[in-house]
Order: sequence, then structure tokens, then C-alpha cells
Amino acid sequence: MTVQSPWFPLFTAALLVIYYRVPGQWQWRVLLTGSGCFYLWAGKAYLGFLLLTLVSTYLAARQMGDGQGREDRKKRRPWLILCLTVNASALMLCKSCLLPGAKELLAGSRVEFLTLGLPLGISFYTLQTMGYLIDVYRGTVEPERNFGKFSLFAAWFPQLIQGPVSGFSQLGPQLTAAHPYDGQRLSFGAQRVLWGYFKKLVIADRLAPAVTALRQEQTVGGGFLVLTILYAVQLYGDFTGGVDIALGVSECFGIRLPENFRQPFFAKNTAQYWRRWHMTLGTWMKTYVFYPVSVSAPVRRLSRWARARLGGFGKRVGVYLATGVTWLATGVWHGLTPNFLVWGMLNCLVIVLSQELTPLYRRFHSRFGWKDKPWYGVFEGIRMFLLMNLIRACDLYADPREYFHRLLSLFSVPLWRQPVPALGLTGADWGILALGIGAMLLVSLLQQRAGSLRQLLWRGNPWLRYGLTFLLLVAVLLFGRYGVGYEGTNFIYSQF
Amino acid sequence: MKKWCAFLCGGLILGLLQGLLAPKYTGLTQEGGLIREYYQNAGGNDVIFIGDCEVYENFSPITLWQEYGITSYIRGSPQQTIWQSYYLMEETFRYETPKVMVFNVLSMKYDSPESTGSQSRREAYNRMTLDGMRWSSCKWKAVNASLTREERRWGGALTYLFPLLRYHDRWSELTAEDVRYLFHFQPVSHCGYLMRTGVEPMTEALISAPMTDAELGQTSWEYLDKMVRLCREHGTQLVLVKSPGLYPVWWWEWDRQVTEYAREQELLYVNMLPAQEEIGIDWMTDTYDGGLHLNVSGAEKASAWFGKILQEQCGLPDHRREETVSALWEARCRAYEAAKAEGR
Repeated sequence: MTVQSPWFPLFTAALLVIYYRVPGQWQWRVLLTGSGCFYLWAGKAYLGFLLLTLVSTYLAARQMGDGQGREDRKKRRPWLILCLTVNASALMLCKSCLLPGAKELLAGSRVEFLTLGLPLGISFYTLQTMGYLIDVYRGTVEPERNFGKFSLFAAWFPQLIQGPVSGFSQLGPQLTAAHPYDGQRLSFGAQRVLWGYFKKLVIADRLAPAVTALRQEQTVGGGFLVLTILYAVQLYGDFTGGVDIALGVSECFGIRLPENFRQPFFAKNTAQYWRRWHMTLGTWMKTYVFYPVSVSAPVRRLSRWARARLGGFGKRVGVYLATGVTWLATGVWHGLTPNFLVWGMLNCLVIVLSQELTPLYRRFHSRFGWKDKPWYGVFEGIRMFLLMNLIRACDLYADPREYFHRLLSLFSVPLWRQPVPALGLTGADWGILALGIGAMLLVSLLQQRAGSLRQLLWRGNPWLRYGLTFLLLVAVLLFGRYGVGYEGTNFIYSQF
Repeated sequence: MKKWCAFLCGGLILGLLQGLLAPKYTGLTQEGGLIREYYQNAGGNDVIFIGDCEVYENFSPITLWQEYGITSYIRGSPQQTIWQSYYLMEETFRYETPKVMVFNVLSMKYDSPESTGSQSRREAYNRMTLDGMRWSSCKWKAVNASLTREERRWGGALTYLFPLLRYHDRWSELTAEDVRYLFHFQPVSHCGYLMRTGVEPMTEALISAPMTDAELGQTSWEYLDKMVRLCREHGTQLVLVKSPGLYPVWWWEWDRQVTEYAREQELLYVNMLPAQEEIGIDWMTDTYDGGLHLNVSGAEKASAWFGKILQEQCGLPDHRREETVSALWEARCRAYEAAKAEGR
């Protein structure tokens, strides 16, 4: 069963009925059983990996949080290192099986199945359990003593496929608390799920053949620029759609997961963009990579050394180094192929350059005074959109040389010289895409200005609410690309 | 209250959309609508034929009535597999208990949904059989037995219960027919017989694919066993038939196995292939597609010949003297003759 399968809404609905029928203290057991069933249904071939993570993290956390480990940080450290190594190794092993050439190398072996794709949710549950383990090590979180409750936190089924990544202190207590039935909450959750399906099935999957066609055509120049734009829209619809489904399903059960996006394409600079795109990964990297590296002894020593010798720039060397390590880790988390490392480094480079050029920008703006003009805001938004698209296109080419060749073609080949090849979409497809993307843009604008649209609708005429929800349902059912006859596309982030 | 009204309205609209988008099978692929027609004609049939195109194109219930007063109906559909035939049989017993169930054995050569051809082709044939069935446990079991791997990946049985999930993208292909037949069902058959009046002589030998397996598959035998048990439970005589047709080839090895099975189970097995001369089939005039299937002239000859066997060996009564039954069948005969005269 995949999230795109019609069984998923039915499965969720059945679980909801049971969930609100049992006494509050039993509700978490229903969720645990549901998550177990989902995993068995969707990815039982990889159950061993999930169990390894669950058992090792649970035991290590217990060792760190109980007995002598509770008092002495030094005694906790070996458990932390051991468990992090085991889980990170499992993740890296699985990711390395997807590297070019691995398929041939592992052909006929017992682990050949690993070359088909990553174990369901491994990138996300590994990250989440690692965060939990570090929190226990730091003493900011008490270890969960009930294995079932811990397993539920690590493998809560809606967020298993592509997040968001949650912290134990935020998610754990919610999952095990009693949640009485709340019609409004259920309705909000269902609306969000529908909106997620709309973005995934109507927009992202409808665009998928065009993105694939452009990739296969080895397009350069203008075609490459079009590819970066279409891929941005596809990835946005796919990823935010999947996360909306996860958040909506959780909301139906009374569980509030952290938001993962806040209108990222309205960002005006890189820092803003990364505070709006995949926010939970950013928070995780900041908490568990950036800060620890920043305050580590070697980095502090380097900072002191640089400050003494390089002046103003030297003050920032430590931060830049931590930023570099964080982006490297983010790149590796996405994949072990070189393009993801390049992607991470490019992001780091843009952030560092933006930081270093800040005085220049300030002088520029004080001279011309454009900063407050509305058109300049639009210009900044478009500039950011295009820049991030160009960096994001790294995802599409495992070999960075191919990527740079296309990137440079933007400057060497006149944009209009490279005609855009046939994209495999009909006029009706483009019509639906135009309407769908328009709706997505409108919703983003309204959310930016007025906050929660669901709250607004709830306060308004109920028939308007029913009508719009039904319209969304019909749009998903009719215009979604799903079912037999379609090349089904998995969520893009489920591959990372 | 408002909420329930909204749910009701939503359900109605979705139902309408489903009806609109589902294929109507009134154009070139009329055979897709055959299974659905049975429910209006269920009851009062002494014989039910079950099987693939070799039953709905090669036997004419009207001829059986005209020649012998046998009341019959054909539950046939294109490339119907044996597991589909079995569940159709099971479903039929919910509506009536015929004296004889005739099963065409050609489909025994398929042992799994995958063995019947490409996934997309199989799916199209599955739809033509299963979409027409009414919701019931029989349909559910038939669907689950029929799903291809591709179908299982994408919603599987649910898409048969809610065909909107399968036909959702037909909105761009809708025609006036889809609207015309939204509330009104147009029958295309004569008691399950799909009349073909054209003639396309067999001018060249049809080359069959070589036989890949001399043994009929295990699944086929299991379903045949189930058919035997089911018919015995209902006191119905199961008759196995291999209808006339030059292609696909019914290999003698298969025929030997079915003959042996019929002997062991004390079933009547009629292979019409060796009797084609006796039946009087002329492949220059009695086929509409170069020897694959019979046209109306061939179907009438085959039915007349087979009806005699049914009457003699199954002891079926002649209903022509029964006033009510006769009135109903005479009306059917008039419609049949008119269609034949019009060549449709």
C-alpha cells in the first residue's frame, strides 16, 4: 500500500473509527498497531532495518538515561557513539546500494533487493531517532521506557514516507495522550489531506512526464532553464503535497506535526528560503550538527586563530566552517552520489557569499533606495526562485559534470537557440496544470496574507466550505494522475 | 443535518460522475456490456452457457428455442477466464437454478491472469467481464482472482467497486453517447448472444502460436473441480463443450485431458471441432472474421446441432407449448429476426 493508493484513505478512515471508539488510554495502541500494519503492508521487505533502529535506539537510550549513565555524561557517550554509528551505517549502507554500479555488483546476492530503492522511511526515522538519542544524551529528554510508545514515535505512519522530522519532546507526548473526538479538527485534517493529494496527483504527477522528457533529452540552454522551473514546481507539489497528507492525517488523530514549509518561493534571500523550505530538516541540522560543530573545541580554536590573523572575516570563519559541515551532512543525507555533495556546497557557497557581500548590498541600497519599492521585492523573489532552481537541478544529474555543462550552457548557448522538446503533455494537461498551479499560488498568497484558510472557511458559510472541499475532492478524483495505465511516481523525497 | 445533506449531495454527484465516466460499450466493443444484461433476463432458463467469445458468438439461444423449445441464456464475455466463469456460475445460482450449465473449456489454457497476454490487454478484458457484475461477494472474489500485478499495485479490487477510480481520466474522451446512456441502458445481445451478420471467409490458414505446455494448468483444474462441486450442490448438470473455431487452437493433448477428466467425473464433454462437417459449418460463409468466430449463420448451425445433444442427453423439456414462456420468447425471436434482417 502506498499513500497514493486508494486503500490508504480507507485504511486511515478505518483506523480513525477504531481510534475514536476505544478509551483514551488505548488510543496510542491503536496508532501503534496501525503504524505496524502500514509498514507491513507497504515495506515489509525492509522490516529488519526498522527493527534494528528501534531496538538499538531504545536500548541505548535506556542505558544512557537509567542507572549510572544518568549521572555521568562520560558513561553515556559510548552508548551514543555506538548507536549513532550503527544507525548511520545502516542508512549509509542502504544509500550506497543505490550508487551507480551497485546493482551489477550485488546482482544475485541476498541483498540485491536493496538496489531497488531505500527501505521505507529510513532517512526520516533514522534522523528522528538520532535526534531523540542525542536529546537523551544531553539530558534534555527522558528516555521512553515503554518500547511500544517509543516505536510509535519512531515509526508514526503518516510521517514515515517523507517526514516531517519531529522531536521527541514535541511528538512523543502527543502520540500517547488521549484525544477525544473533535469534528472541527477532523474536518481540518481531511481538508489538508485533500489539498496534499491535489498538489501531488494533479500538479506534481501531471508534470512528471514533462520533467522526465526534458531530462532524457539532455537539454541545454533554454530547455534546461525550463526544466529547472518545471522541476521546482513538481518537487514543490510532490514534497509539500506529501507533507500536507502527513500533517492532515495526523491532525485527524489529534496530533499536530511541525510545519515543514512556509511559502518558500516567496523568499527573498537564501537564508529566508532555507527557513521556509524543509524547515524540520533545517532545524534538525541546526540543532544536531551546526551548533555542536560551532561550539566544538577544534572550531573554537580555529576561530580564535583566525580572529587574531584575519580580522573581521576571521570572526566568521568558525561559523562558516560549521555551515560547511552542516551542508555537507545535508547533502549526504539526500544521497551519496557526488551531485548531492555539490548541491550542499553550492548552497553553502551562496549563503557565505550573501553574508560576505552584505556590506556591499547595504551601500548599494543606500545609494539607489530601491529596497522599499514593491517591484524590487518582486525582483528579489524571482531572483531567488531562479537561483534556487538552478542549484536544485543538481538533484537531476548524478554526475556533477553533466550538471555544470548544462548550467554553463545557459551562458554559452543563447536561450532561444535550444527549442524546448516535446514534453508529452496534451493541451488539456497544460490547462489543468495552469489552473492547478494558479490555485496553489493563490492559496499561498492568501496564507501569506491572512494565515490559515481553513480557519477562515470554518468561520464562514458552511455551504461554501462544503462546496470548496467537495470541489477539491472532485478535482483530485478526476484530474489526478493515478491508477492503472499511469506510470506511478513515488514521492520524490521518499528516495532521499 | 446540513452535514448529512452535504454528504448525500456529494455522494449523488459522485455517483453521477461515475456513471458518466464509465464506458458504455455501445460502439465497437459491445461485448463489454454483455454481463450486465443478464440481470434483466435472469430466471426461467433451463440452460446457462458460461465462457468466452466462443459462447457468446457461437451459440444462439433463439435457435435453441425455435428448434427445441429450450430456454437458455449466455453469460459470456471476451477472454473470460475460468476463475471468472466459476464466480459467474456461483452468482448465477443466486438468481436461478438452471437444469444445465454449459462451460466452454477453451479458457482452461490460461492458468493465471498473467498467462493471458499483456497486462493492459488483460485488464481491459477483466473490465469487460467484471464491471458488468452487480456488487456481491461473488464479484469481490472474481475480482480478486482476476487482478493483474499492475492492477494490484494500483488500488486493485477497489477500482472495480468504485470504477470512477479507474475511469477518472475519461473526462477528456466523453462523447454524446456517454450522456445518452447515462440513465438508460441499451441491451446489445439476444439472450447473451452477440449477433454478427457479416461474412469474412477464411482465405488463409491461421497460424497458431506453438503449444507451450501440453498440460493444462493446476489453477484451471482447481476451478473446474469447484464448478463440478457447485453444480452438484445445486443439482445442475455440468456440460463441458469446445465450441467450433479454428483459432486459437484447441490442441489434442488438452482435449485428451478434458476427455479423461469428464470420464472420471461422469460429465458430458462435447468437442464440436471434429463434428464441424456434420454441423455443416462452411468457413467460407459462416464466419465474420476469417475463421476465429462464427457469424449468425454459423452460430445457428452450431446451436441446432448442440441443442439436439442437450435435448437428448440432458432431457430438457420443450417449453414451446407453455403460453407465458412462449409469449416472452416469441417477442425475443421477433427482435432477433428483425436484427438479423437489418444486419446489425
